[in-house]
Amino acid sequence: MTELPAPLSYFQNAQMSEDNHLSSTVRSQNDSRERHDHGSERRRHGNTESVSNGRAPSSSQQVVEQEEEEDEELTLKYGAKHVIMLFVPVTLCMVVVVATIKSVSFYTRKDGQLIYTPFTEDTETLGQRALHSILNAVIMISVIVIMTIFLVVLYKYRCYKVIHAWLILSSLLLLFFFSFIYLGEVFKTYNVAMDYISVALLIWNFGVVGMIAIHWKGPLRLQQAYLIMISALMALVFIKYLPEWTAWLILAVISVYDVISIFLLLDLVAVLCPKGPLRMLVETAQERNETLFPALIYSSTMVWLVNMAEGDPEAQRKVSKNSNYNAQSTESESQDPVTESDDGGFSEEWEAQRDSRLGPHHSTAESRSAVQDLSSSILASEDPEERGVKLGLGDFIFYSVLVGKASATASGDWNTTIACFVAILIGLCLTLLLLAIFKKALPALPVSITFGLIFYFATDYLVQPFMDQLAFHQFYI
Amino acid sequence: MTLCAVKSQLASGETARPGQAFFWLVSLLFSSLIWFTTATLIGNKDEPREKYLLIFGVLISVLIQEMFRFAYYKLLKKASEGLKIINPYEKAPSMRLLAYVSGLGFGIMSGVFSFVNTLSDSLGPGTVGIHGDPPQFFLNSAFMTLVITLLHVFWGIVFFDGCEKKKWYTLLVVLLSHLLVSALTLISPHYGLNLVLAYVIMVLMGVWAFFVSGGSCRSLKLCLLCQDKDFLLFNQRAR
Repeated sequence: MTELPAPLSYFQNAQMSEDNHLSSTVRSQNDSRERHDHGSERRRHGNTESVSNGRAPSSSQQVVEQEEEEDEELTLKYGAKHVIMLFVPVTLCMVVVVATIKSVSFYTRKDGQLIYTPFTEDTETLGQRALHSILNAVIMISVIVIMTIFLVVLYKYRCYKVIHAWLILSSLLLLFFFSFIYLGEVFKTYNVAMDYISVALLIWNFGVVGMIAIHWKGPLRLQQAYLIMISALMALVFIKYLPEWTAWLILAVISVYDVISIFLLLDLVAVLCPKGPLRMLVETAQERNETLFPALIYSSTMVWLVNMAEGDPEAQRKVSKNSNYNAQSTESESQDPVTESDDGGFSEEWEAQRDSRLGPHHSTAESRSAVQDLSSSILASEDPEERGVKLGLGDFIFYSVLVGKASATASGDWNTTIACFVAILIGLCLTLLLLAIFKKALPALPVSITFGLIFYFATDYLVQPFMDQLAFHQFYI
Repeated sequence: MTLCAVKSQLASGETARPGQAFFWLVSLLFSSLIWFTTATLIGNKDEPREKYLLIFGVLISVLIQEMFRFAYYKLLKKASEGLKIINPYEKAPSMRLLAYVSGLGFGIMSGVFSFVNTLSDSLGPGTVGIHGDPPQFFLNSAFMTLVITLLHVFWGIVFFDGCEKKKWYTLLVVLLSHLLVSALTLISPHYGLNLVLAYVIMVLMGVWAFFVSGGSCRSLKLCLLCQDKDFLLFNQRAR
C-alpha cells in the first residue's frame, strides 16, 4: 500500500485542539517508492506529506531513510503543486482572521489576559515592560514543556481514555463555546437582532456537524473548512488575550524552539540518548503494535484503521504499519513541547469553570498530534496518485496570529498586513522546497515566522513612513 | 544539484509570482531603509528638504527595483537550468511565461502597496480636497496604480527578453522609462499631464512587449477575428 486510498483521505480525521503551538514539521514522502514498497508506508506515504511539529522527524527520519531512492523529479513536481495546495488554506485562514479583526472590535479590545501570561504590560517603564513580557513568554513555554511531558507520561501509562476524552473535550469547547462568542460579537458589530432560539439552533448544528466532520467521517472540503474556522477562532483568541510584546516574543521563541526541538530530537534519538524518552515512546508504541494507538493518533490513518480493521489481513498489516509510523510520529510530536499555553487561550473564567467541572485538563501534545493529523486532513487529496502536504494546525494558527496582530496594531495598517502575508507565504514556499530536498520532517514555523517578523517590524518602521509620504505627494515609484 | 532543485521550483510558473512579489517587497525595504537613514542623518525637517529627500528616495527606489528585477531574472535562469539538468525531458516553463508572471508579481505588489491604504481611507468619512488639494485624488491614484501595474508587466517581458537575447540596451531603456514615469509623477499635482504621458508610455511599452513576445500584426488580426487556429477551439475539432 503506497498511498492512502481515496476513501481514506475522505475519512480523514481532523482533530483540533487548543494547542496551536504545535510547531509543524514537514515530512515529505516518496510517492514512487510507496507504490512499490510496503515499508514505505512507514513514511506516511499516502496522500500527504506531513508537516508535523518537529517530533516526528526522529522517528520518521529513521523510517524514511530506509527508502532513499526517491524520484527527485516527482518530488519537485509535486513540491510546486503542494505549495499551491498549501497557499489556499493558509490564505483563507488569514483572510478570515484579518477580516474579523478589522470589523469586530471585540478582538482588539483588551479584556484581560490569560493566566499563563500573568504579568501585565501596562507598566511605567519600558524596561519593566520588557521584563514582564520575557517572563510571560518563559511561563508559556514552560507550561508547554510540562504539558508535553504530561502527555508523554499519559501515553506511556496507557491512559488512552484520558487523552481521547481530552481531545474530544477541547474540540467541543472550540466548536461550541468559541464560535458562540464569535457569533455574538459579529451580531453586536452589525447590530443584528437575534433571538436565543435561532442562535441555539445555529450553534448546535454548526458544532455537531463540526464534531462529526472532524472526529468521524465527512466530506473532505467540509473538514478542511472546519479546520480553517477552528484555526481562525484560536488565532483570534490569541490575538485578543496576548499582550503585544509577549505575543511577538512568543512567536519568535516558538519558532526558535521549533528548530531546536527538531534537531535536538534527531540528535537525541540517533546519537546521544538511545534510551531517551522519545525513543522509549516510539519503541513502546511499536511493541504495542498500535492497535491502541487510535486513542492518541487522531490521524487519517487511524480512522482508516478503524474502518479497515475488519478488512483483509493485508490491509490490516498495512494499517498497523501505518499506525506504527503514526504512533511514532505522534510520540515524537508529543515530545515536542512547542505548544503554547495549553489552555488554548481560554479565558480565565472559563479555565476555572472547566477545571472545577472536569478537573485539570491539558491539551497539549495530544491535541498537537491530533492537530498534526488534522492538518493532513486539510491537504490530502482524493486522488490516490497525488501526494498531499500536511501542515500542522498550530502553524495555521501562528501564521494567522502574526498577520492578525499586524493588521490590528500596525501603524502601517494594510501595508504591513500585506507585507507579512507575502513574507509568510514565501517562507512557506521555502519550507516546502527544503522539504522536497531533505525529505524529512521539517519545522514549518521558523522560516515563515522569521520572515513575517522581519517584514512586520521593517514595514512598520521603515517602509510605512516612506509610502505614506509618497502617497501624500502622489509620487509613484 | 539539490540547490538547483531548490531553485527549479522557483522556475515553475506558479511560485514565480509570489517570488517576484517578495523581491519587490525586499527592494522596497531596501529603498525605504536608504531613505530613512538619509532622512535621519540629514536631520532637520524643513519642508523643501523633505521633498528633495523624497525625490531622492523615489529615484533610488526605482534603481533598486530594476536591480531586483535583474536579480530575479538571474535566479529564474539558474533555476530553469537546474530543472533542465534534472529533467531534460520535461518541458520547463518558457522564459516568456516567467517574464510575464514575474512582471505581474512586481506590478501587483507595487500597485497594492501604492493603493491599498488610499483605498481603505476612501471608505471612511471625509471630503476629498477640502483643504484646496485637487479633488481627483482618488481617481488619480486609481488610474496611476493601474498604469504602473501594467507597465511593470510590460517592463518585465521586455526586460527578460533583453536579458535573454543579451541586448543590454533594452535594460537601459526599461530603466530610463521607469525613471521617466516616476519623475513625471513628481510634477503632481498636475495630474492630467503625468497621467496622460504615463498612459502613452504604457501603450508604447505594451506594443514593444507584444512584438518581443512573438506577436505580429497578422497574429493579432487572426486573434481578433477569431480565426487563430492555434488559439481557439479550432484545434479541438481538428484533433
